[in-house]
Amino acid sequence: MVKTPIYFDHAATTPLCKEALEKMTPYFSEIFGNPNSQHVFGRESVKAVDEARDTIAKIINCKPNELYFTSGGTESDNWAFRGIAEAYSNKGKHLIISPLEHAAMLSTAKALVKEGFEVDYMKVDSEGFIDLEHLKTLIRPDTIFIGCMLANNEVGTIEPIKEMAKIAKEHGIISFTDAVQAAGVIKTDVKELGVDLMSMSSHKIYGPKGCGALYVRNGIKINNLINGGHQERMKRGGTTNVPAIVGFAEAFKIAEREREENFKYVSALRDKFINRVINEVPYVKLNGPRENRLPANADFSFEYIEGESILFSLDLAGIAVSSGSACSSGSLEPSHVLLALGLPEALAHGSIRFSFGKHNTEEEIDYAVDVLRDSVKKLREMSPLFKVEGEIKYV
Amino acid sequence: MYNEKVIEVFRNPKNVGEIENADGVGTVGNASCGDIMQISLKIENDIIVDAKFKTFGCTAAIATSSTATEMVKGMTIEEALKLTNKRVVEELGGLPSQKLHCSVLAEEAIKKAIEDYLAKKNA
Repeated sequence: MVKTPIYFDHAATTPLCKEALEKMTPYFSEIFGNPNSQHVFGRESVKAVDEARDTIAKIINCKPNELYFTSGGTESDNWAFRGIAEAYSNKGKHLIISPLEHAAMLSTAKALVKEGFEVDYMKVDSEGFIDLEHLKTLIRPDTIFIGCMLANNEVGTIEPIKEMAKIAKEHGIISFTDAVQAAGVIKTDVKELGVDLMSMSSHKIYGPKGCGALYVRNGIKINNLINGGHQERMKRGGTTNVPAIVGFAEAFKIAEREREENFKYVSALRDKFINRVINEVPYVKLNGPRENRLPANADFSFEYIEGESILFSLDLAGIAVSSGSACSSGSLEPSHVLLALGLPEALAHGSIRFSFGKHNTEEEIDYAVDVLRDSVKKLREMSPLFKVEGEIKYV
Repeated sequence: MYNEKVIEVFRNPKNVGEIENADGVGTVGNASCGDIMQISLKIENDIIVDAKFKTFGCTAAIATSSTATEMVKGMTIEEALKLTNKRVVEELGGLPSQKLHCSVLAEEAIKKAIEDYLAKKNA
């Protein structure tokens, strides 16, 4: 019998890895100095943060002074978007992003529009890939920012960021990518990608929560988001979160070391899951592409039923997943990502995201498919849409 | 989060289905909002003798459908018309506040089913 509960929500967060925890531990009470302090306590902390910065800079192929530590992906996204918009507003006030961005970007876009900026959204296809030809048509003389996720958090689409950055560069526009889901999972070399800014997060790759980073290429101006003291070369105020930064760097180092192995292992689990679901559960749609997809992600829409009730049925059987339905998110709207992919609202309400991790097993996958098949069947028997749409056969 | 009672009702909902040749059927909500509830009633001498539901919706919507159909059985149509979602939620021992709106459909579906019955009767 498989051990429950089973965690299939790694795109939400991951457990802190033992190595990162061990590396962090002394920095809570033994080596507690404020890196801003001039004495021996401060110097020890400075050393730890410098090492962490060097480690991450090496992984993403940038200089240590191009890397700023933040409180996480949301702050990095907010800072990149707003910081560039404000710093270059004398050149223009036109910004381009994708409609699939995280709320950290979409909410900032709304706020910037209120402040007099204009935001245009690139078209995306039904698998979530941005339309680069459409992007070219959106570019104007006053465009100052082009940004898109490196990999989508809901449907796993890995975007052509290298090509996007190339287009931006040809037009002298700053390019940004949100690599919160991608960093440590796929290769994130900023030179190869050609982006000017990149957001990263710690807790998606078995690091601690409350920590992230923003890469800002040397030569790019960026206004501060958080004003304060001399931290992060005066670009980001607030006492440095030394233990989290140390943990983040350790987790990133391990993620990078294991990257190819984990990619292979997790995508094999994911493919087995997708294939079984498609074969055994009728009236199901895989959202996002089969190729160029994050290894951990499987996102499905189940026709005739609503996502929250699927999520809760799975939860009762000890399987933890997430849903794009309105009833799960607390908002009244279903997932903006699924709607942007062209899904009808009913199908967007019936979506479930499974995101696997390196500790998951084939037994867990098999158990989940069995439970899912039964839960979907039971919920469909309760659904009034079912009868209307015709008979459904079960394997 | 949901209480034990809600979980139990969701696990083992009562009155799932449709009554054949029902005396009144009420369907409310729509798929784009993520909630559809259909309640069918068997009514004899203005007393509800059977009630069944079919629901496309979340855990709270399914639990309130089951509970509401249980509650109206045996009621006169006047009593059933007075059934509020508040009473259904009380019967369930409460719902998380962000789920309260999901319970409104049960009250509306029952009202609509009774209206359907009355319209047929007076036709």
